[in-house]
Amino acid sequence: MASLLCCGPKMAACGIVLSVWGVIMLVLLGLFFNVHSAVLIEDIPATEDDFKSGMTKIHKLYDQVSYNCFIAAGLYFVLGGFCFCQVRLNKRKEYMVR
Amino acid sequence: MRAHAGGGTGTGCSRGGGVRPLTARTGAARSRRRPSGPAGAGWPAMGSLFRSETMCLAQLFLQSGTAYECLSALGEKGLVQFRDLNQNVSSFQRKFVGEVKRCEELERILAYLVQEINRADIPLPEGETSPSAPPLKQVLEMQEQLQKLEVELREVTKNKEKLRKNLLELIEYTHMLRVTKTFVKRNVEFEPTYEEFPPLENDSLLDYSCMQRLGAKLGFVSGLINQGKVEAFEKMLWRACKGYTIVTYAELDEPLEDPETGEVIKWYVFLISFWGEQIGHKVKKICDCYHCHVYPYPNTAEERKGIQEGLNTRIQDLYTVLHKTEDYLRQVLCKAAESVYSHVIQVKKMKAIYHMLNMCSFDVTNKCLIAEVWCPEADLHDLRRALEQGSRESGATIPSFMNTIPTKETPPTLIRTNKFTEGFQNIVDAYGVGSYREVNPALFTIITFPFLFAVMFGDFGHGFVMFLFALLLVLNENHPRLNQSQEIMRMFFNGRYILLLMGLFSVYTGLIYNDCFSKSVNLFGSGWNVSAMFSSSHAPAERRKMVLWNDTIVRHSRVLQLDPSVPGVFQGPYPLGIDPIWNLATNRLTFLNSFKMKMSVILGIIHMTFGVILGIFNHLHFRKKFNIYLVSVPELLFMLCIFGYLVFMIVCKWLVYSAETSRVAPSILIEFINMFLFPASETNGLYSGQEHVQRLLLVVTALSVPVLFLGKPLFLLWLHNGRSCFGVSRSGYTLIRKDSEEEVSLLGSQDIEEGNNQMEDGCREMTCEEFNFGEILMTQVIHSIEYCLGCISNTASYLRLWALSLAHAQLSDVLWTMLVRVGLRVDTTYGVLLLLPVIALFAVLTIFILLIMEGLSAFLHAIRLHWVEFQNKFYVGAGTKFVPFSFRLLSSKFSDDVA
Repeated sequence: MASLLCCGPKMAACGIVLSVWGVIMLVLLGLFFNVHSAVLIEDIPATEDDFKSGMTKIHKLYDQVSYNCFIAAGLYFVLGGFCFCQVRLNKRKEYMVR
Repeated sequence: MRAHAGGGTGTGCSRGGGVRPLTARTGAARSRRRPSGPAGAGWPAMGSLFRSETMCLAQLFLQSGTAYECLSALGEKGLVQFRDLNQNVSSFQRKFVGEVKRCEELERILAYLVQEINRADIPLPEGETSPSAPPLKQVLEMQEQLQKLEVELREVTKNKEKLRKNLLELIEYTHMLRVTKTFVKRNVEFEPTYEEFPPLENDSLLDYSCMQRLGAKLGFVSGLINQGKVEAFEKMLWRACKGYTIVTYAELDEPLEDPETGEVIKWYVFLISFWGEQIGHKVKKICDCYHCHVYPYPNTAEERKGIQEGLNTRIQDLYTVLHKTEDYLRQVLCKAAESVYSHVIQVKKMKAIYHMLNMCSFDVTNKCLIAEVWCPEADLHDLRRALEQGSRESGATIPSFMNTIPTKETPPTLIRTNKFTEGFQNIVDAYGVGSYREVNPALFTIITFPFLFAVMFGDFGHGFVMFLFALLLVLNENHPRLNQSQEIMRMFFNGRYILLLMGLFSVYTGLIYNDCFSKSVNLFGSGWNVSAMFSSSHAPAERRKMVLWNDTIVRHSRVLQLDPSVPGVFQGPYPLGIDPIWNLATNRLTFLNSFKMKMSVILGIIHMTFGVILGIFNHLHFRKKFNIYLVSVPELLFMLCIFGYLVFMIVCKWLVYSAETSRVAPSILIEFINMFLFPASETNGLYSGQEHVQRLLLVVTALSVPVLFLGKPLFLLWLHNGRSCFGVSRSGYTLIRKDSEEEVSLLGSQDIEEGNNQMEDGCREMTCEEFNFGEILMTQVIHSIEYCLGCISNTASYLRLWALSLAHAQLSDVLWTMLVRVGLRVDTTYGVLLLLPVIALFAVLTIFILLIMEGLSAFLHAIRLHWVEFQNKFYVGAGTKFVPFSFRLLSSKFSDDVA
């Protein structure tokens, strides 16, 4: 079985920092999209026509983007867990070599 | 000289001033020395951060037997700064140069030891506590021990090298024998049989007797040659010997290590057979020339076998001996490694003590050393106790004592800082260390610097990330690895509290600007109501006066403007910060620019006025009241009448005018310019009576300018002419500020030469010579012009607060638009997979561009605002820093040493 340790300690630490940032930011973004915040109006994939037909289409787009954000947050969480395992493996390897 | 007479004779040293019974002293001192800082906080005596501490010049009388121990005690405590009394003496003529040389010799030996230990890869433990300087008896022991160790080490290493070289030669010989055996065998196959030479089956190609029959002697030279030289060697042989030689060579499979350089080189084994003695000589010379390793070639097979066996046994023996030597060497080094660290520290401390002793001078009887030190007045008790401790340790009958002497020189500046204030003090000291006893801007910089940074940085999200990073550094500040990191990380580490405050204040200004990663947060509900703009929300009666919207207007206009004078549209200002609706507006920048520019000007004028007021504190402290009336007050009037009035106008316009009257609100810039130009037409003005107020302010300003220019020089001239000796009121202890030359020339000659121990008795010797009115006038005129013109330019300089915050906001916006929006807008099912790298890239670019680059930029500009615009209103910064003789300041790491 190949070694499970594929990242060095620094790369794993960077990975953890990025994952934490990603999780927090995406969860918050998802929440804001879920409450249909007006400030984020330009971030939804809406076209000219969508604005003519009333708010339901826009709200649906908001919800769609928010689900995207939540899924991405989940993926970042998995990535964060993986990096955390790498950090633990690195620590164990350092401990054993000593 | 007073000091000498009292302490000179050996018996007469029990002066009342310095010596008291030990027990009473320590008891009294301990009760008196409660720290003046926060009680029970465990901090040392906290001096004030507002001003530097009072210093005095003290003379220490050290008995020659106890001088070393006293200095050791002083060095451990780090109380005083020594003055060099022997400046005219070169370092080779000083008293303790022999001891210093001994210390350096010990240092050299220790450095050699450390090098050998590192080369053998033995771990070198660094102790936690540093040992104190060794007493003199221990030093001789240590010196002997170290010298013996060094000699032994050098011998053993030399032997080891020799053995290695021997071993290498033997190994080469073995290789050579092995390889040339194959030559012979090959030759057997290929060489045609000549009738003169007997056949080779009986292995006697090398039979001398056969050769002799021909009258030609067949000789052999064999050895090893470096790979790079083989071809040249062959060519040379061919040219020199013209075919009377046969060269055979083959490559040695394994490369051998050269013991001296450690290089791994490939060797070729060669065998040269030649006829004739002359050729033999030539061949030998050529071999020498090419640095070949030549070994004797065995003539017969038995000889060869015998030699090979002999070589093998010798090689085995050598291996054993070599291993034993290496083991012994390692043992010696391990044992030395245990105590090397403490020896290094001890020798460093000893050398420092001797350097300080070299700065002292001897008194008449040559039994007592006299040192002059600068000591903070708060630490005089500690100094006495340290001297007593030193005397006690060395067991001298006559203790050392001290005596304060008055002086006219400017002492160094000491400001006690703790780990929090140290960073801010460093920022101020980088511009210039404060003059003695002047107001220290670092106290205010603790708050104003992070605040001005935050005004330029102004993003809630970025500020929070910076705060988290700084928090990480602060919470782990005792982690050992952080202390030893490299340059850049060390800079961040030293500034961790500054970063912490900067992040915290940036969070605050981010809330005010309502900016979080370029998006606004709607915490309280916007004050603007869009639906009130529609005509359907209003009663038909009111509709006629207002321009309202309906569906067609909304659908077909490119830009829609919310009109706050329509009732219901603007419901009141947002409770904290900028209203979030501005994030959606196209004229956001127009609104924010006006707001930020006015804010920058207001902050700048407040900051500068504060600087002028701090100048008043300085004048009060140095008892120059005339400066307050003739310099500070005109400065304040000038600043406030013009720019303070500008601030007043800004605030007035904000308060007085509302949405309904906004159309007739006058432009502040036009009003301000008109204040000076007196236009013919009477414009409306901000308030009634504005013209008269402005005229009055202009008159006050116009009056204060000549007072600023001429007041002080004329006053000093009047004093000089009216009162003959200006210096009577000064006590002998007062020290002189070197900020302006007129004080130097006024108060007589300065006692600048340091080697002179003589004390002048102050005022009596000072005569009012050289009152140079022209110089004083010039200085004051220059200062005034600088101030007046500087007011305008510095106020404009504060507009960088606006400029940088605009740049930061725009960069942040661009990053969001170009990155995150692209990731969020994807429509497809797998679009979420694009979002992952987009967010990662966003995070990385935020950190590098917005946090690091913009952070550094805002940091730099905030520093500039402090150093130039704030500090040139009151700060002189011409002092020297107090550097005490302290062992803590010696580096205690190996890396600095061994280099």
